[in-house]
Amino acid sequence: MPIDKTDEQLLETIADLHGVPEGSFNIRKNGKLLARNSNTDIEIVSKKDKDGIDIIVKPGVKNKSVHIPVLLTVGDFHDTVYNDFFIGENADVTIIAGCGIHNATCADAEHDGIHTFYLKKNARVRYVERHYASGGGSGKKVFDPVTKIHLAEGAQFTLESTQLGGVTYTDRKTYATVGDRAQLIVKEKILTDAEEVAITDFKVRLTGRDSRADIVSRSVARGKSVQKFRSDLIGKNACFGHVECDGILLEGARIVSTPRIDAVDPEASLVHEAAVGKIAGEQLMKLMSLGLTEQEAEDAVIRGFLN
Amino acid sequence: MLELKNISYSVQDEGTGKVQDILKDVCLTFEDATISVITGPNGSGKSTLIKILMGFLLPTSGTILFNGEDVTDLSVTDRARKGFTIAFQQPVRFKGITVQKLLELASGKRMDTDAMCECLSSVGLCARNYIGRAVDGTLSGGELKRIELATAIAKGGEVFLLDEPEAGIDLWSFEDLVKVFERLHDKTVIIVSHQQRILDTADKIVLFENDSPVSFGRKEEMFDKLTKRPNLCWRNIKED
Repeated sequence: MPIDKTDEQLLETIADLHGVPEGSFNIRKNGKLLARNSNTDIEIVSKKDKDGIDIIVKPGVKNKSVHIPVLLTVGDFHDTVYNDFFIGENADVTIIAGCGIHNATCADAEHDGIHTFYLKKNARVRYVERHYASGGGSGKKVFDPVTKIHLAEGAQFTLESTQLGGVTYTDRKTYATVGDRAQLIVKEKILTDAEEVAITDFKVRLTGRDSRADIVSRSVARGKSVQKFRSDLIGKNACFGHVECDGILLEGARIVSTPRIDAVDPEASLVHEAAVGKIAGEQLMKLMSLGLTEQEAEDAVIRGFLN
Repeated sequence: MLELKNISYSVQDEGTGKVQDILKDVCLTFEDATISVITGPNGSGKSTLIKILMGFLLPTSGTILFNGEDVTDLSVTDRARKGFTIAFQQPVRFKGITVQKLLELASGKRMDTDAMCECLSSVGLCARNYIGRAVDGTLSGGELKRIELATAIAKGGEVFLLDEPEAGIDLWSFEDLVKVFERLHDKTVIIVSHQQRILDTADKIVLFENDSPVSFGRKEEMFDKLTKRPNLCWRNIKED
């Protein structure tokens, strides 16, 4: 299956890819394998019982990356994929897993990536996930990803999740169990417009001694879009957890933030912060006093906020 | 040259409905290549005057002329583009906007490390330590204040409005501030300040009380009046 212009644009937007990447990769298009490169450090194997792949990173593999972008360029298509990641002891890798939908039809297109990560002792992963949709059709562009993360002793997982625009509906679920001295870092950025709906849901269990979680969600809601942020942080040991949800509201949009913290262990220290509102007038004034118009000032604040 | 002709600004008290004058019939001239320091007690209208000059507030009556052109009704953006530059008393914080980005927004162009270093070192900051940092609560009050001044320098302009530039900056760093003013010697610089060391840099001092300037003149004559006022009371200068 050749890569066409639309594919190239989507790949660039979701994964900064200009053509076929170096190193390990698995490109999936419209439910089928488009291209794959598997090597001894990072092995990619198709699942036999269901649609999806196993990604196996050998112990001690460092400074390697793997791209697993997914493209969906047809309407009336619901693609569900199950990917499992097995990261060996002391490995340190970056995984780039964007998904782009281009739907110019009046029928819905949906991609649901069900991703499960198993990080062994002291393994580190930076997981970059970008979702983007384009196409002028009336068909919905939907993502309902589920990310499950299991962190063994001393492991560290950084989730950088960005929804760049055009996604009609998303319901994203992230579950994590954090072991002794392990750390979960989440940086989520979401921009919605028009009638779009984005729901994000985090459930993090800090089970290990001295485990940590830092979840920061920044969102901008425009038009009549609605965003719902839910987090449930449970401290079951001497641990530290922090959840922050900042939202900028424009026009007639709505943001609902529901953070929950549950300190089961008396040595757990959990914090949540949430702030939702319009762009501060003084921020616009400052930028206008530098010569920007009001619209330019608003754009600069939003770009910085989602930077 | 900046001329204020009969500038008044009043607000209505929400409780009593009474109209309260913040500025009344202010007539002042700020020449080119002159540092003017506006001083006076709290609530005398100094900061309001700065806001009116930048266009954040429109005067109830009166006219502002910049090089003979009436700019009274110009927007903040238009005034900024004409060369009006302000450094806020309380710097604004931005989540996610870096020092580099803010300096670039101010200068209107991409800046290389040398250019940013030039700006930041003039306020006593090392570019290497700051350009990648967000202009947010992770910076101290003094650092934010210096970055605010660096932003004004990066923007450039003809009229510089500096509202209490010394606030939050430690006494040991006054030398940096004085150097900033020296750098602007060929501009129209209007500073609101209470600090003697800032007053000492002025060509001209304007004393505000209640809602208008009560006394103004060359630094030498004003300085005497201010420092020798009986019981350090502002009123005694007014009566002088």
